Amino acid sequence: MSDSKKYKNILSLQIDPDLFEKASDEEKAQQVTMRESISFMRDAMRRLRKNHIAMISLCVILLIALIAFIVPSFYPYTYTKQDVSAQNLAPFQYSAKEQAKIAKGISVFPHIMGTDALGRDYAIRVIYGTRISLLVGIFSALIVIVIGIIYGSISGYFGGKVDMVMMRIVDIIYSLPDVLIVILLSVAIKDWVSTSQSELIARLGAGMVSIFIVFGLLYWVSMARQVRGQILSIKEQEYVLASKAIGSSPARIIRKHMIPNCVSVIIIVAAMQIPSAIFTESFLSFLGLGVSIPMPSLGSLASDARTGLRSYPYQLIFPALSIFLIVLSFNLLGNGLRDAFDPKLRS
Amino acid sequence: MSMLEVKDLHTSFFTPSGEVKAVNGLSFQLDKGKVLGIVGESGSGKSVSAYSIMQILTNPGRIVSGSIKLHGEELVGKSEEEMRKIRGNKISIIFQDPMTSLNPTFTIGNQLREAIILHTDRSKKEAEARAIEMLKLVGISEPEKRIHQYAYELSGGMRQRVMIAMALACEPDILIADEPTTALDVTIQAQILELMLSLQKELGMSIIMITHDMGVIAQICDEVIVMYAGGVCERGTADAIFYHPMHEYTRGLMRSIPDMSDDEKTRLVPITGTPIDLLHVPPGCPFAPRCDRAMKICLQEKPKEYWVGRDHLSACWMNVKNGACYEERPEEGTVEVEEND
Amino acid sequence: MTEQKAFAPNPEYLVQVSHLKQYFPISTGFLKTTMLKAVDDVSFDIRKGETLGLVGESGCGKTTVGRTMLYLYQPTDGEIWFDGKKIGSKESLKEYRRRAQMVFQDPYSSLNPRMTVADIVAEPIDVHHLCENKKAREERVHELMRLVGLNTEHATRYAHEFSGGQRQRIGIARALASKPEFIVCDEPVSALDVSIQAQVINMLEDLQHQFGLTYLFIAHDISVVKHISNRIAVMYLGHMMELASSNELTHHPVHPYTVSLMSAVPVPDPQVSRKQKRIVLEGDVPSPLKMPTGCPFRSRCSRATKECAECLPPMREVSPEHFVACHHV
Repeated sequence: MSDSKKYKNILSLQIDPDLFEKASDEEKAQQVTMRESISFMRDAMRRLRKNHIAMISLCVILLIALIAFIVPSFYPYTYTKQDVSAQNLAPFQYSAKEQAKIAKGISVFPHIMGTDALGRDYAIRVIYGTRISLLVGIFSALIVIVIGIIYGSISGYFGGKVDMVMMRIVDIIYSLPDVLIVILLSVAIKDWVSTSQSELIARLGAGMVSIFIVFGLLYWVSMARQVRGQILSIKEQEYVLASKAIGSSPARIIRKHMIPNCVSVIIIVAAMQIPSAIFTESFLSFLGLGVSIPMPSLGSLASDARTGLRSYPYQLIFPALSIFLIVLSFNLLGNGLRDAFDPKLRS
Repeated sequence: MSMLEVKDLHTSFFTPSGEVKAVNGLSFQLDKGKVLGIVGESGSGKSVSAYSIMQILTNPGRIVSGSIKLHGEELVGKSEEEMRKIRGNKISIIFQDPMTSLNPTFTIGNQLREAIILHTDRSKKEAEARAIEMLKLVGISEPEKRIHQYAYELSGGMRQRVMIAMALACEPDILIADEPTTALDVTIQAQILELMLSLQKELGMSIIMITHDMGVIAQICDEVIVMYAGGVCERGTADAIFYHPMHEYTRGLMRSIPDMSDDEKTRLVPITGTPIDLLHVPPGCPFAPRCDRAMKICLQEKPKEYWVGRDHLSACWMNVKNGACYEERPEEGTVEVEEND
Repeated sequence: MTEQKAFAPNPEYLVQVSHLKQYFPISTGFLKTTMLKAVDDVSFDIRKGETLGLVGESGCGKTTVGRTMLYLYQPTDGEIWFDGKKIGSKESLKEYRRRAQMVFQDPYSSLNPRMTVADIVAEPIDVHHLCENKKAREERVHELMRLVGLNTEHATRYAHEFSGGQRQRIGIARALASKPEFIVCDEPVSALDVSIQAQVINMLEDLQHQFGLTYLFIAHDISVVKHISNRIAVMYLGHMMELASSNELTHHPVHPYTVSLMSAVPVPDPQVSRKQKRIVLEGDVPSPLKMPTGCPFRSRCSRATKECAECLPPMREVSPEHFVACHHV
């Protein structure tokens, strides 16, 4: 074995012999990097932030919410104030009375969206309608979250016969026609609502109260089903078995292990629930079953606009546009949330 | 000329968090009738190597550079259509989980027949006869009855036999087996390995066996490639690798396997540390951070592959330091094998 | 193993399992259920400080034995005695859950992805109220993390940020948190790479010495089981086939099933492997729903006779401490 050949590569590479010293543990450790710590929530939020459509939708929703909840407090018109001289004005048009005022040098706030058949400022009515729609969406989501999670997790965790019975109940509820129930309920509770001591209930009216009752009674079923499905799959995970082996109670297992792992499903279903609730409310108000007069809702505004559709098309366009924007933004945000929280679902 | 010649193959996955170099300079030659084993841990790039040869990489993975020659014909750069004619026909692959690679909605006879018709101009009837013949070949009893069954009606070992039958239906030159026995029990593993070896002798094909199990390698392989973190540590004949490992990783791997014949239960010598993050591959030898004998150079510069024996190459700076390596393949009889410590 | 109706605990053993049966109802059609006999009449004892290995192929019931022993399933029949007390009553279970723990196979699904390492490790502490205040809890968590070789700075990280081997260390730290005496290790290294396996095996051995732990070590890899166990039990289709010291069992297996199992283990040595005579078993493991009559192994056994089909062979002591269930020995 010739030494010259053996050492050829070292010499030809001209490597500093110091480099063949043993490396220290610190030197080795420097090369081992552990990735930055990211919690599941932060990771999902990071993915959501990267989704432009979802972020634009979120901004639109926030903007609409800001307008709906803040603008009425300083707006110069109220949604109930009628002005017989200013009926059916076009956007930015002034009534004869208002023009006289302007001529006198008194500034008059313009009717941005015109006025309705009773001479009420249309912009503030659309804003109020939007506020009602948003409230309906948020409350229905809350109702659905609370009832759906409790029902779904009990059904999923205990399984077997309990699950059987609970899911058949869900099946029955699923097959009930919601619109029919709203109509029946609003008729049935009309007297109770009109004589109610609570100002809030009286103001909402029988239609609105029955809508909320129906959401509470019927709309949580899809959430319950989703949560149950998720719990069933989590139940098979070894960490649940591990917790059992430690001696955890069922309540602890549901609270600590199951619900936190359902968060993505809960967020996604709730986000999808909001637009569908808003849509249902608008639809029922359009049929005259929603809010009571004089409170406006986007649905009832659209419904009222039908009579003068040819002459005053903007009276339909503004509420319709508002519904469209709200529902579209919530749907797009919901999609974005689903992609962010459940990357596996993305096709 | 070698049947399959892979030269300096680089395959990367371009993920949103950065480029993952899954295979980083793989070269080997596979001769007719040989069994080549690729051994490595999870994330070593052994499966990706196989998928690169078949060009069945999933998005965002692609071959970055290198050459794959089958009978002297370059495969890198071939169109999907051209590759389809080679897959299943000249090179076949079987996977770890036969359940996911068999379609649950068709009978196994149906799937076998389709595979045969796709690559040959056999009629439906001839293909069916061939399917039965193939099932008989892989040791499935009552093949006439079995072809009407669905995948879920078969056991794991049976399914893997069907997969082998399907892969061999067109008499490929090369069979790539990606962890074919990992999901199976030892007694079934013994059946499948025996079957593969007997079929290999009968049909004269070559096998590329991808596994993490040194025992499986020792049992059926003629040549071995040891991979770590996408790079090749060493390659050579099975005897050279097992009896004279020339890379610290291979040595560590051998030491960490419990010895069945050791009744004293000597404490195992594990490789310390944890596998590296493939997104942050260090500049030097990928094994250096876990290597007990790592030198300064190991952390700075990637070692090149040098000959350490007549049928043995290794990429380890230790060999350079000890002067135990050659830039060209040494002549027969010029090297005594270095005893390792 | 003769008539032993009234079970008397033996102080030599920490854990004693007597005629354990675990059947699961499986629905096999409309309103039709069949009993899947996952574990059928299995008895064994584990000495204090000993490691008993439990090997067998998938579906042989070894995992079920481990889980039933910890009362994660209510046993269909049979008794489990721990430290001279029969397990089953509510009070006995509460204490048993603290003194007996489990390490799971899958380091990915056995750790809750929404919990930090500290919360995972502290779960037994929280459940059994073992620490008086937050500070004591944190100190204990750090002590446990150091014990299994984890960096305490990583206590607030989530499990998915760790590699398989580190996750298994977290699982072991959790098992140790309630200062148990007995740990069921259910395939703790099967999902790990070879180089990491050795780290975890060494650590389990060290912890055993340090705390005087008793292990039931379940695995399908015989070389690993042999390395860590004092005695090994072999299971097939819910029945125990052979039980002997690990050296005895690996060198002188008696039961035809154990013999073929040993010969099928691939040896990481090409020359030995080439010379090795393998007894390749014919066919597959029968479905546990359609068990053969008599000896469960007879459908694949080369020595099966009429007798094997007629009655189940009992466990017999063929040499000291070496038990086999076969008519032909």
